Amino acid sequence: MNNKSKNFFKGIKDTSPLMIPVVPFGIIFGVLAIDLGLTPLTTIAMSVIIFGGASQIIFLQLFSAGASSFVILSSVGAVNSRHLLYGTVLSEHLSDLNLTWKIIVSYFLVDQAFAVSNNHFKKNKKDKDKYFHLIGGGLNCWTIWQITTIIGIYLGSIIPEKLGLTFAIPLTFLALLVNDFRKFINVIVIIVSGSVATLGYQIIPYKAYVIVAAFVGLFVAFILTKFVKKKL
Amino acid sequence: MSNLALIIYCGLITFLTRFSMIALLKKEMFNDRIREVLSYVPSAIFPAIIFPAIFLNNSGFIQLDDNPKILASIIAMIIGVFSKNVLATIFSGLFSYWTIIFIF
Repeated sequence: MNNKSKNFFKGIKDTSPLMIPVVPFGIIFGVLAIDLGLTPLTTIAMSVIIFGGASQIIFLQLFSAGASSFVILSSVGAVNSRHLLYGTVLSEHLSDLNLTWKIIVSYFLVDQAFAVSNNHFKKNKKDKDKYFHLIGGGLNCWTIWQITTIIGIYLGSIIPEKLGLTFAIPLTFLALLVNDFRKFINVIVIIVSGSVATLGYQIIPYKAYVIVAAFVGLFVAFILTKFVKKKL
Repeated sequence: MSNLALIIYCGLITFLTRFSMIALLKKEMFNDRIREVLSYVPSAIFPAIIFPAIFLNNSGFIQLDDNPKILASIIAMIIGVFSKNVLATIFSGLFSYWTIIFIF
């Protein structure tokens, strides 16, 4: 096995444990999309074109609430701003790649692949084929995501609406925050952002409450981190 | 804008946030301060989706009485904080919700 394949398969292996929570996430997405009236084809197109769980679910949430295209786009952009951080962290390891590979690697830069490849890159700084680790991990996520989307589409047409599965949307995002409930600044930011969104839902025009609340939350984080030493 | 066009634009935005730093960044363009604030992005944006979905009713008004989502979310949060497990959080919330609406 050459070095590229070795990295590639290592990426698949390393991301595999992280795929367990992706399975229900993908299924929930497929079920909700069908529940909210999207066609199966549109649903699959979303998973292939966007390929990002949080972006896709916030898209559904705002789309079903009748938000404008601009608000949906800017909210998706805001959810995705964490990728800027990933790119920043990884860029030093990927700066030698040509443009085509940078494009390919970027498409696969999802949370789980970032988490494991960042560690792998740090440990294998000199290996010039190390980026195949990220492609393997990303492709693993991609495959699981598409399969579970399709399972969700199928289940969405048989699960009764009475179950209120749209409640899975806030629960999914809640689950992504569990590590932050133990940190003081995060808890304040969470409460501020949540309150602004809830109280502003009727008042803030164009359903822009997500963006407005996120910026207020970040501003609070900006202020608080200035005064409170972060415990590491 | 058609649904497909909107999806393509959302895909482009998602891609560009992943691509821009890898493509453009010369190391250390972001200082530690910006990085620190950016690390709060999830805490700043996810509650804006979570809270309204729990506290608002279908007409968009705040509903605190007779709202099973509140108790179910609190249970999910407690399970989540102690288990640190994504699945346990989602399913404890869903099962509490179903228990409240179907049994009580």
